[in-house]
Amino acid sequence: MTGLMEGKRGLIMGLANDKSLAWGIAKACAAQGAQLAFTYQGEALEKRVRPLAEQLGSEIVFPCDVSDMDNLDAAFETLKSHWDSLDFVVHAIGFSDKSELRGKYVDTSLDNFLMTMNISAYSLVAVAKRAAAMMPDGGSILTLTYYGAEKVIPHYNVMGVAKAALETSVQYLANDLGPDNIRVNAISAGPIKTLAASGIGDFRYILKWNELNSPLRRNVTIDDVGGSGLYFLSDLSSGVTGEVHHVDAGYHVVGMKQEDAPDIALG
Amino acid sequence: MSDTAERVQKIVVEHLGVEADKVTQDASFIDDLGADSLDIVELVMAFEEEFGVEIPDDAAEKISTVGDATKYIEEHKG
Repeated sequence: MTGLMEGKRGLIMGLANDKSLAWGIAKACAAQGAQLAFTYQGEALEKRVRPLAEQLGSEIVFPCDVSDMDNLDAAFETLKSHWDSLDFVVHAIGFSDKSELRGKYVDTSLDNFLMTMNISAYSLVAVAKRAAAMMPDGGSILTLTYYGAEKVIPHYNVMGVAKAALETSVQYLANDLGPDNIRVNAISAGPIKTLAASGIGDFRYILKWNELNSPLRRNVTIDDVGGSGLYFLSDLSSGVTGEVHHVDAGYHVVGMKQEDAPDIALG
Repeated sequence: MSDTAERVQKIVVEHLGVEADKVTQDASFIDDLGADSLDIVELVMAFEEEFGVEIPDDAAEKISTVGDATKYIEEHKG
């Protein structure tokens, strides 16, 4: 199976480094012939994203701050100067004040609540609107979420609330954009040790717990996420929209600790 | 140089793209080796993977030189 993405052009937003879920998806799409463009936010990320883009043969790399609508408009103008149309977007963006991704949700500040919602949830809406304008023949938009949107995960806090808004946005956007044959879906990936995850309190415990208690008795990799991402961004999923798809070794179906899982202590 | 120090040096050289002779035990990641805050997080993740140690946030915050990292790893690796 090669060439599944031949002739398709996709924008990858929110890649940080070679541990990123977006990297797993970008690699899988490029291997199937997709042409890719990348956005980054700030110099620190630019120096990480450029070499990765080069590895996949992409020279289209430009800045984008999704919290600033003028900046977002400018980013899409830049994209239009390279491509006249777009087939898919990977939205892998979220942010919150690290100090509120530990301890209690009840202590969330208004400022951080609004910032987290803005960057982690509203940005998908703003991106979808601009991307859809470049998808005259339809397209696929994919975002990344986490189980902490559905159930309480310690320390995920305001990010869980933002991911819940993101998942609901996927449904409303899928409905709005469906008549234009633009599909909108989310992958709810199990925990993976990424730069973003390093901001979450007791993340090692979450990883260990999932490894011991998921049906597949392992954690997922960025290549697992890449394969599922490829499905959503290719025509293989042409009849699927508004979906939140769990790529989590099955963890979301489990109701209690596995009998064979040992007791583990906080490290 | 101890085995740990050598492996730490190798990771730092590869990650930051600096000359090995600059990666002395006294070298500060940020001031001497040009690391940014994301580099520090990535290096800590790389050390954890290489040595199978856990470096919690409060310990990571205290690591500013190559020697600090080597010392922490030698004291905590299994």
